[in-house]
Amino acid sequence: MKPAWSVIFLTTLCGMAQGFMLALVGADLIGGGHVTPASARIFFSGGAAICVVLTALGLFASFFHLGRPERFWRSAAMWRTSWLSREVIAVPAFLGSSSFYAWAHYSGQAYAPALGVLAAACALALWVCTAMIYACLRFIREWASAYTLVNFVLLGCASGFTLAACWAAWAAPAWVPAYLAAAYLFLIVGLLVRLLMLRRNASLKPVSTLQSAIGIKNPKIQQKSMGAMGGSFNTREFFHGKSALFIKNVRWIFLVLIFPASTMLLALAEQRVSGLLLVVALLVQYAGLLAERWFFFAQANHPQNLYYQVVS
Amino acid sequence: MTQLALVIDLNVCVGCHACVTSCKQWNTSGSAGPLEDLNPYGESPSGTFFNRVQTYEVGEFPLTETVHFPKSCLHCEDPPCVPVCPTGASYKRKEDGIVLVDYDKCIGCKYCAWACPYGARELDEGRKVMTKCTLCVDRVTSTTLPEDERKPACVMACPTSARLFGDVHDENSEVSVAIRERGGYALMPEWETKPANQYLPRKITELIDEAKL
Ligand code: SF4
Ligand code: SF4
Repeated sequence: MKPAWSVIFLTTLCGMAQGFMLALVGADLIGGGHVTPASARIFFSGGAAICVVLTALGLFASFFHLGRPERFWRSAAMWRTSWLSREVIAVPAFLGSSSFYAWAHYSGQAYAPALGVLAAACALALWVCTAMIYACLRFIREWASAYTLVNFVLLGCASGFTLAACWAAWAAPAWVPAYLAAAYLFLIVGLLVRLLMLRRNASLKPVSTLQSAIGIKNPKIQQKSMGAMGGSFNTREFFHGKSALFIKNVRWIFLVLIFPASTMLLALAEQRVSGLLLVVALLVQYAGLLAERWFFFAQANHPQNLYYQVVS
Repeated sequence: MTQLALVIDLNVCVGCHACVTSCKQWNTSGSAGPLEDLNPYGESPSGTFFNRVQTYEVGEFPLTETVHFPKSCLHCEDPPCVPVCPTGASYKRKEDGIVLVDYDKCIGCKYCAWACPYGARELDEGRKVMTKCTLCVDRVTSTTLPEDERKPACVMACPTSARLFGDVHDENSEVSVAIRERGGYALMPEWETKPANQYLPRKITELIDEAKL
């Protein structure tokens, strides 16, 4: 598939916001450390506001994916059958509950943690919807597995907890070590799952072949013409148009940036007690996440491509 | 229940693209709006088509066959493109099984195109909505066209009658008989989309071994 930047930003920005919300609500419920009520108020309300901004940015990016963005409001209609429709409902639910959570902490409401649990539930629901958009397309086999969901959740949590550490360094330093510990854990498990996912996808055998595509049993079939010389929507939308080497390099880039590079920067930041280095680690990790999502799309092999092998 | 469909005879398709051009002509001229072309007179023209004729070489030289292969939406009986549509713009008509896109509802998210294994949907780059073969719904349900013209434009245009049109749920229709008696098959049966359109395989023609003559 051709990776669409709109969707890459949507899934990475919202993923980070969702992970961050889990980090906030976790601290809100467990508490601990020596955080004064005044700084806790800033930490939670400000943190939830950051979630809202990130999600809104992701939502904004997603509009560029639509041919007719002015009709976006129609897209919640088919929630009974469409995961995309469900996502369109889950995003505002997450936005709304996060905003309420921010407001509740800001205005010192006692029920704020309950709203946090609601926002965290919306974050989880949003992950399910986003991942199922891809995982439910069973003939795009690189996507059609539980790995898609687990990977989205783990990488979202890794970036969300890294962001939480950055935010805590500024607003509630006592919580930085715990957030970093969680971030390391998500990064390690995330790496493991991503490697397993890469291994699974590399070993997939195509189910559809040129033989099943045109229904002719002969083992030797070659396309001579796709019926259009200048390409078509089918050649633009479903092929990434990059070399195998390029794809391989993107894979190395995301593996290195997200995992060893950002983990080492985080450890260095912790050792030097440097908030600035934490932010650098987050930015390096986010660049890696963009590459990871790009790769996720590029790697998906659509069976329609069987019909579009030769330009002439 | 009716399921209108095309049956395409690979024995006689000569790859002339008459169905492609007549489809484009009819469907770009109707009330649903034009099928836009990108750069139509430039170096690399591209445009929106509901129907494409592709060509394959089957076998190994010198024992090769050239197969011309028309491809359009198969109006699947279990269409994966329909349930994924978030707006309800994509739907399958109950009365005749035609799968359609409501251009006024479509937001151009392209999800349905991702969900079609056959690459049968094309986003119109001008109108920014998803388009696909309508089986000439405006012709086949017309009450004003002469009765023998109430068929898809591609079927009318085909000079070799490679395209049959009818109700595949009616056992006695021309298309059902052709499928039954001439081994009609569906594309990519592995995805259980139950395409309504089917293809008639080439009859096996004996190769003459010249040495034995
Ligand atoms: S061929 Fe593709 S677009 Fe047509 S009904 Fe089947 S899945 Fe949908
Ligand atoms: S592109 Fe249009 S028809 Fe296709 S899924 Fe999106 S809204 Fe539905």
